Amino acid sequence: MTSLAILVPIALVMGLCSLGTFFWALRGGQFEDLDGAANRILFDDEAP
Amino acid sequence: MTAVATAVSQVLNETVLIVPGMHCAGCMAKVERGLAQVPGVVGARVNLSARQVRVTHYPAVTIPELTGALEALGFASQPRLGETQAAPSAVKPLLAPLAVAGFASMNVMLMSVSIWSGAEGATRELFHWISALIGVPATAYAGRPFFRSAWSALRKGRTNMDVPISIGITLATALSLYETVTGGRTAWFDGTLMLLLFLLAGRALDAAMRDRARAGVEALLHQAASGTMVVTVDGTLNWVAAPDLVSGMCMRVAAGERLAADGEIVSGKTALDQSLLTGESAPVPAQVGTAVHAGTLNLDAPIDVCVTATGRDTSLAEIARLMEAAGQSRSAYVRIADRASRYYAPAVHTLALASFLGWMLAGASFYQSIVIAIAVLIITCPCAIGLAVPVAQVVACGALMRKGIMVKDGSALERLARIDRAVIDKTGSLTLGQPTPDATALAALSPEQAAVALGLASYSRHPLSRALSRALAEADVQAAVLEDASEQPGRGVHARWNGRIVALRRPDVAGAVAVALDMEGEPVRLITFVDRLRPDAVQALAHLKSQGIASSILSGDNAAAVAQIARATGLTGQSSASPRDKTEAIARLQGAGHHVLMIGDGLNDGPALAAADASIAPGTASDVGRQAADIVFLGDSLMALPCAVDTARRTMQVVRQNFLLAIGYNVLAVPLAILGYVTPLIAAVAMATSSILVIANSLRLVRAAR
Repeated sequence: MTSLAILVPIALVMGLCSLGTFFWALRGGQFEDLDGAANRILFDDEAP
Repeated sequence: MTAVATAVSQVLNETVLIVPGMHCAGCMAKVERGLAQVPGVVGARVNLSARQVRVTHYPAVTIPELTGALEALGFASQPRLGETQAAPSAVKPLLAPLAVAGFASMNVMLMSVSIWSGAEGATRELFHWISALIGVPATAYAGRPFFRSAWSALRKGRTNMDVPISIGITLATALSLYETVTGGRTAWFDGTLMLLLFLLAGRALDAAMRDRARAGVEALLHQAASGTMVVTVDGTLNWVAAPDLVSGMCMRVAAGERLAADGEIVSGKTALDQSLLTGESAPVPAQVGTAVHAGTLNLDAPIDVCVTATGRDTSLAEIARLMEAAGQSRSAYVRIADRASRYYAPAVHTLALASFLGWMLAGASFYQSIVIAIAVLIITCPCAIGLAVPVAQVVACGALMRKGIMVKDGSALERLARIDRAVIDKTGSLTLGQPTPDATALAALSPEQAAVALGLASYSRHPLSRALSRALAEADVQAAVLEDASEQPGRGVHARWNGRIVALRRPDVAGAVAVALDMEGEPVRLITFVDRLRPDAVQALAHLKSQGIASSILSGDNAAAVAQIARATGLTGQSSASPRDKTEAIARLQGAGHHVLMIGDGLNDGPALAAADASIAPGTASDVGRQAADIVFLGDSLMALPCAVDTARRTMQVVRQNFLLAIGYNVLAVPLAILGYVTPLIAAVAMATSSILVIANSLRLVRAAR
């Protein structure tokens, strides 16, 4: 029972963190151009 | 960084250019760096999915400067018309609910697994409370798309797929909350959340498909003349965007350009290609006083045109009105999922109500009866049915897209699968829509003549010259070295070759589309041009016939030109059809009980494309054609037609199988639910397996478009 009191909150907090990260990425426009993002890493020198 | 950008944006302009030619990292880098080097440009950012580049620049930079810079890099581009904001995406509003449903269902499932494995007493109560804490707000948030749609349907006195979903979810959540508060044994939070997750995934897939196709089609759109050079009172030339043109302005239209507005020629003499408007392939001579229409291609010489009508007042407006009227019949089409739910929803609700009443009559308590009724609702919730259609269509559309066939929305595949009659426009659809030099005329040229012809043609931007130089270059002809070459608008190219005067000019006899090769001391050679059939057009039509689809030609071109193509393809044809004639012809066929597929490209085909049950346009079609068509195919081959029809039919076959799978699972599970044996565990397992079955079955379509 004591282990549950620790593990359950940890699991929930970790899940909430990833959910928060996803929302942050969504707001930041990271899902606007999926094809472009895939190709941008192929640029030779630093991006402008 | 962000703060700086917002501070500066006060004095900066933003222009969105559409660059259809970008398709790799190299192109992106070239476009971004090339634009950044233009003086006055602050930054450029490519969106590859939408084939667009957003340029931030000082107001002094004009659009032609930007398009010019891109042209120097080898990219054709057009400023995007209207708003600079991207069109609202269909999938974006679904992503956040999907993420919430995923997070919540995974965590609640964790609790449920412990309960199923035998958690008792205080632990179970604690887990139920945590589940409720996560489940209730998550259901309220992630369920909004369904609640909203169900509510709007109910308000109009109708029912759709979302009504049983919403009722089931709401009742199950309420019951689970009651169980939690009273310390009961079973809560259904995991079931409702999983249901939401699967259904949202189906919706998101459907929306993602529409977004993708629209991005592809939008990249092709807006390629028409979106502006023109205007001669001002003091004689200088200014570039004016199409929406800013007003009556009385004088446009200067160079040879090879399209008119941006209706008008009347005030100076110059030329030939016009109106095939986009009328389907008529032969050039029409035009001189001072001739009325000309937007979308017409100027062939020969520069002309000055006084604008008489713009935008809404142009002759295109008539076509737009016809299209609006024609499109109404298609919007009456009810998608297969909604048709299924018409029968499904009442059946499910009757069943739930009947089991509630049955158990009450059999002497069960009110609480027991309601638990069983809700179990029936949950088990029949159209989870797999919600996935049955979108997953199959997404997979099929992906397969078609890899073949260069872009489907604008899922219902297009459903409508295309029912087609039993095809009507094909001639110019630009059955043929390539570009004049190409007649092979026999080219073969009759001596090597010397061919070399001189290529040399002369390369000096001109006239469409016929460009077609000639392309054909000769393909035949491995080396261009002769010419001296003093000059092009005189309307009179052709003149030059000296080995001391002899040579010319590529307009033929002396009018009528046929041709150029004359005039070499001093030799008889004049006439090179005629024909509009070639698309490669494998005959094969594609034969394929369509074997699929049980009869085809015929419906063209605005003259009878002689249609007869020639009709002979070559073995089809019957109707010629000189106006846009109204075309829609009427389609309405007649529909009246005779046919489901009609229209294939067309021109402005004049727009109303017919909108009126037909399904429509396909080539990627080279006019804006109107591409906008009105359900499906746009890239490339020259007409084999896209049988391929699309075949894929659509196989997709519908898979959709029907999916329905059978989903309903079959219900037939097995519903008796258990009615008898009161269904626990949350059984519901969860059944739901997941039927969904996975449906998805796996749909994935068979990956190679559907062979």
